[in-house]
Amino acid sequence: MEVIKIKGTDDTPNVILDAGNGMMEISGRSLPEDVAAFYEPILDWFDEYAEHSNKKTVVDFKLVYFNTASSKLILDILLKLEDMADNGHDVLVRWHYPDDDEDMEEAGEEYADIVEVPFEQVPYSLD
Amino acid sequence: MADLIDKQQSLDFVFEMYEKMKDHKVNLAYEGEITHQITKAFTALTESNMAKEDDYNSVQRKVFHVMVECLQNISKHAEGRDDSVQHREGRGIFLVSKDENEYNVTTGNVIRNEKVDGLRNLLDNINNLDREGLKKLYKQQIRDGRLSEKDGAGLGFIDIARKTGEKLIYTFLPINDKRSFFILISTISRKMKDDDF
Repeated sequence: MEVIKIKGTDDTPNVILDAGNGMMEISGRSLPEDVAAFYEPILDWFDEYAEHSNKKTVVDFKLVYFNTASSKLILDILLKLEDMADNGHDVLVRWHYPDDDEDMEEAGEEYADIVEVPFEQVPYSLD
Repeated sequence: MADLIDKQQSLDFVFEMYEKMKDHKVNLAYEGEITHQITKAFTALTESNMAKEDDYNSVQRKVFHVMVECLQNISKHAEGRDDSVQHREGRGIFLVSKDENEYNVTTGNVIRNEKVDGLRNLLDNINNLDREGLKKLYKQQIRDGRLSEKDGAGLGFIDIARKTGEKLIYTFLPINDKRSFFILISTISRKMKDDDF
């Protein structure tokens, strides 16, 4: 399986999708100029991954900001994970948020509400 | 002679503009196309200004978010002024102002008259909802509103309203029989719940 490694910028997140090492992480800021184009390869990757996934899948989200356009694509990723969970796969989403950011905490809770995937809310200190 | 008058009028205009901006406490004013670079530049500028002013982190985050959503709305939805422009122009007016109590982020752009009623209904609906209602609407829109592109602006407005906790202030001013000018003012309080006003 292809490894995706995208270095984050001011407006695009850091992305690591490495099935071999069991590392799946999206972090940083997400407000890309073309949201669909940015997330397309990521969604395609998850489609392919689902066909021969690891025994256990853990996906880490560690975002400090995302715009509403990105929020829809993040949901798209989570829905793919929901499909996997529906098909009996062991999937866990870890939603990391700065411990002083109520909005990011709430976003994680909302996504956990919307999708049927086990979620772990993980606060962390920015200091 | 006409030249001298023009020059004087230009100079007068600059001072009028300066005074008007000061009266309305406008820090940033822009009219033109909203590109991605513009969005990045304005948000970076505002971020550094807010850090200097020592605004609460939560306030800084909210102002940043409102700016991003407002600028991207203009970029995606603003129309050309006349029929000769077939595609969307993505241009408009953008203002950021602040006083001791709040920040105001204002946008103004042209839209087609057919869009006015739908947009007005959406904004009225948003303004009538409480926090729980907005949360519900957000969850509904993010799931169902994804399929049609025209619903793209809805999620942004809903999210602005729920993050700021303030009513959206807006109006539609007719330009001609096909176009109107849509003005939106979003307010972000600089205070925390326990602060004295």
